[in-house]
Amino acid sequence: ACLETRFQVAAALKEGHVTPTELCQRCLALIKSTKFLNAYVTVAEETALKQAEESEKRYKRGQPLGVLDGIPVAVKDNFNTAGIETTCASNMLKGYISPYNATVVQKLLDQGAVLLGKTNLDEFAMGSGSTDGVFGPVRNPWSYSRQYKEKSVPKSHSEDKESNWVITGGSSGGSAAAVSSFTCFAALGSDTGGSTRNPAAHCGVVGLKPTYGLISRHGLIPLVNSMDVPGILARCVDDAAVVLGSLAGHDPKDSTTIQDKFKPFDLPNLTDVSKLSIGIPKEYHAPGLSSEILALWSKAADLFKDAGAKVIEVSLPHTRYSIVCYHVLCTAEVASNMARFDGLEYGHRSDTNKSTASMYAATRREGFNDVVRGRILSGNYFLLKQNYENYFIKAQKVRRLIANDFVKVFESGVDILLTPTTLSDAVPYMEFIKEDNRTRSAQDDILTQAANMAGLPAINVPTALSERGLPVGLQFIGRSFQEKQLLTVAKWFENQVKFPMIQLEEVERHNHGVLQHQKSASFS
Amino acid sequence: QTVTVEVLDHLERLALVDFRDSEGVERLQKAIRFADQLHEVNTDGVEPMDSVLEDRCLYLREDDVTEGNCTNTLLNNAREKVEEYFVAPPGNIPLPKLEERETFLQGS
Repeated sequence: ACLETRFQVAAALKEGHVTPTELCQRCLALIKSTKFLNAYVTVAEETALKQAEESEKRYKRGQPLGVLDGIPVAVKDNFNTAGIETTCASNMLKGYISPYNATVVQKLLDQGAVLLGKTNLDEFAMGSGSTDGVFGPVRNPWSYSRQYKEKSVPKSHSEDKESNWVITGGSSGGSAAAVSSFTCFAALGSDTGGSTRNPAAHCGVVGLKPTYGLISRHGLIPLVNSMDVPGILARCVDDAAVVLGSLAGHDPKDSTTIQDKFKPFDLPNLTDVSKLSIGIPKEYHAPGLSSEILALWSKAADLFKDAGAKVIEVSLPHTRYSIVCYHVLCTAEVASNMARFDGLEYGHRSDTNKSTASMYAATRREGFNDVVRGRILSGNYFLLKQNYENYFIKAQKVRRLIANDFVKVFESGVDILLTPTTLSDAVPYMEFIKEDNRTRSAQDDILTQAANMAGLPAINVPTALSERGLPVGLQFIGRSFQEKQLLTVAKWFENQVKFPMIQLEEVERHNHGVLQHQKSASFS
Repeated sequence: QTVTVEVLDHLERLALVDFRDSEGVERLQKAIRFADQLHEVNTDGVEPMDSVLEDRCLYLREDDVTEGNCTNTLLNNAREKVEEYFVAPPGNIPLPKLEERETFLQGS
């Protein structure tokens, strides 16, 4: 008895079974009862209800703006949202009210989407756990699912059940948790090294990283200008495709968006995969990959093979250097991008007034956490005159080698690559924090970040539950700007694996008896 | 090969953030050691890659004013301002030398 996907909701809205305001109120109520997840930094209750009312008026007139009209969405807190605080989970931007909407936010609003709020993240999107933000860590909704609780054996009766909760992954953990716990139908994340796909895998949702240059970054507070992309999180591939359709396309305000005209597409229901060539990159059998995920990866490959597709092993020889290369380029670009935070025009400002230099230094000392400061310092080191050639330029050369690896593989006839998304299922928070942020990021980004180096589209599709009852996803990587093919294959795979729905008490309570079960509009 | 105090001081000045404690310095050392793995890769004859879109032309638009008139909105976010000016403390005063400023590096 619940509206699971946007498709089901869109149908319900159109037929009047539920109104946008009812939907909005339900989501807001659910956000309140799942507050312990800490997925939201800001809940824009008033504006959301206003947007819902406007949407309702349009539906009554029979003139919805489009498929997203009235659909509740959430946005990661590193996207600018006019009139709503944008913090990047940092002291540096606490209290900063954006004077403008990021292009992607504007596009969602223009389509009538209802913006519920801003989601939590690692500070300035630096991290792979969504644990290092100034508002505290995000909790994975699956920690509270029946599926996880059934599998976890309490060590003692007195053990605090609370300490067993697992991380969402990051850095777009808040967005992933928000979608996973049904508080919204889609959310925006960002993806620089895997920040959308990683939490999508851990939270059992679809996480799409589009091709670099397809979606505007205008208004997305930048981390690494040459790799950042807005990411899309949703509960099924079709929903991700619809959101992609409303966001993609050239933006005059972002000169790194390509000028080719983008044509939104409906995803065909693929039945024949015999013409497909799936590549399995052997280097993605990385050290530390859990035997469970390895088995699932293998099973998935067999699934394609049995359905008639050509499945071949391929090689991306520079894979193991990708994380090192990313580390250098990322810190270098971060050092540059974080220079804008000096307290003068926006954000936190220290009280020191002796000189601009000392004011800047004090402001930044007070505003940034260890992770951010560490990356800025490392980045500046690699950019020093004596190091520039050996580190920064060297990394840029290695980047080309990594990008070329992919080009060679796709030129050899492979259509899509199939890889794991993460090395294991979500770890408990207490375990995760034992290692520092840089070490964790280096470990966790290993399977996702080469796609950012090469600018390729990639998607996490939830595949199965682990032995611990937690989600595990697999990743598909496609050719540049071939999102339609990528999503078509991902949708086929999604239909084969039939990933189970999260059994969360709070969600069931809110859905109970409210609405008739709706079959998704895409299959009848 | 550890980073000298001179370089650490230099970095603090360039970045205008501080190392804070020995952990901060160790973090940099680890980052450098990690990055050194890059030197194992043979990059003879390989051109550096700035952007994955290097084969395309950047979009250039007409040099016409299309937006603006948002002085008040922008000034709203600044803490110190006078009329339509952002107020900064006096410039041209260099950051105090290592011995004179509050930094963990002083003890080194």
